Parts: sequence; structure tokens; C-alpha cells
Amino acid sequence: MSRAVRFAPLALLVLIIAALVWRLATPADTNVHSTLEGKPVPVFSLAPILPDKPGLDSSDLATGQPHLLNIFASWCVPCVTEVKVLETLKGHGVRVEGIAVRDRAADLADFLAQNGDPYERIGSDPQSQVQISLGSSGVPESFVVDGKGVIRYQQIGAIDAADVPMILSRLEQAR
Amino acid sequence: MRRSLFALALVLAAPLLADSNLPPAYWSNRQLPDARQEAQAEALMEQLRCLVCQGQSIADSDAELAGDMRDLVRRRIAAGQKPDEIRAWLIQRYGTWISYKPTAEPAAWPLWLAPLALLLVGAWLIRRRIRVRNR
Repeated sequence: MSRAVRFAPLALLVLIIAALVWRLATPADTNVHSTLEGKPVPVFSLAPILPDKPGLDSSDLATGQPHLLNIFASWCVPCVTEVKVLETLKGHGVRVEGIAVRDRAADLADFLAQNGDPYERIGSDPQSQVQISLGSSGVPESFVVDGKGVIRYQQIGAIDAADVPMILSRLEQAR
Repeated sequence: MRRSLFALALVLAAPLLADSNLPPAYWSNRQLPDARQEAQAEALMEQLRCLVCQGQSIADSDAELAGDMRDLVRRRIAAGQKPDEIRAWLIQRYGTWISYKPTAEPAAWPLWLAPLALLLVGAWLIRRRIRVRNR
């Protein structure tokens, strides 16, 4: 056997190890991105969950103005800090709409009383069906929706204070 | 003593709850009454990836979202939808990633061609060996 062939397995091994080391050093993105960016929000109609807050209809998102659609829950820990950032965004004139996933009215009322309530409307999604139809895979997630009801951007995970300028400019672009 | 206390604390510790307080969706852990439909639903659920535990199928996962997806699959099968329609509906939202069923996309070609290539290499090696022996 020629020398080159004899060393082929070793070269292959080195190649495999190099690939593994590279993947360990730069881990793959494990976020699941919705493929609905650039497409209209799927049609849905969610009942209200709180007596003093209207439910959410997909047509509420196509009113000519951009909206921030926030998927959240009172049982979601990162949502506690996110809701305060949403209040800041509301202070900048952002229309924030909520979808409460698998939530109970009493829990949600407590959550809003304790942490603030930036939402114009909150629809109840008790079995995650609208969340799934949006291509969302967890809480919190947010969608920038333009005036025609087309999804322009998906934020996976909480919006933190540092993200405010980025979200504002995304909303401005969606105008 | 301290060690056993620590062990006891570990045993008694409650996991940090990242789940809601609502019960599982109706069809998430319940079989459809029609056995043929249930078989269809189960076959599909085994080919759909859980969004939370990303290495598992929704049939295997205990995540709440997986339960809600099983509910969605069973409801749609019971309403007469074809498994491939439901799969396509999910792929529209999450991409081909959501389905474990291999596709014929260009990205998957190396996967389909690899066995053939390995067989050819094997045949070549064997041929060489036989030739060497005959000499």
C-alpha cells in the first residue's frame, strides 16, 4: 500500500476531530426561527382573559400602524423583566399587544398588577394553538408587525433594555 | 452529617417550574377513539420534532408545547386532515427542521449519495485485495 493511502485514516480522524472542535468552539444556533417573517400574520381570534381588557384578533394588527405582538405568560420568569422594558417601549408610543399562553385570569391579573401592564389588548391562548400557528416555540417571543399585518421581525427571548433602540428602529421601518 | 443533610436537601429540592398551571390539552395524552386515525396521528407525531427538547419527537417529549402539538395533530386528524397536510402546515411555520422525514432537497443529497459512495469505495478496496492475493 502506498504511503498516502496508509495515512488516509489518520488524516480522516484529524479532520473529524477538527470538525468537532470547531463545532464546540462555535455552537450552532439552537433558536427555532419562525419562517413567517415577511408573511401576513395568520388569521386568529383570541378571547379576552381579563374582564377589563379586550381580546386579540389578527385584524387588530392590520390597522395601518405597526404593532409589537408579545407572546408571554405570567408563569414565565424572563417575562417579569421584559414587561418593564415593554412599558418603556409603550412610553415611546409603541402599541404593544399581548398573547397570554396557557394562562389563568387570576395569575395574569397578579402578574400585571405587580410588574406593570403595557398591553392594549391581551388574547388568551390556553393550548398554545395561536403560538404554534405563528411559528413561535417559547415564551417570551415578540413579533414586529407592520400596518398591513405583515410580520417584519421576530425576537426570540426577552427584549431587554439594550434592545430598545433596535426594536424602535424595526418598528419605524415597519411604518 | 453535613453531607447527608446536603443529600437530603437535594432530594427535597423542588425543580424550578418553567411550566404553566393549566392542565395538559385534552388530546395530548389521550388516544383517538378511531384506531385507524390514532395510528395515523401516532405515525405523524413520531416524525415531528419537539420545539423544546430538540432531539426528541413530540411523541416522546413531556414538554407542554409538545403536548399542545399532539393535541393539534390529533384534532386535525380527527377532523379529516391528511398527515401530509398537517406536516406541510407546520413546515410553513417552522421550516423543514420540524419534520424528521428526510426530504429530497439539495441539502440532503450527500446523505442519499453517501451509502452509494461508500459501497463503491468498498468494492474498489476488495478488488484491490483480490488482485494482490492473485499475484
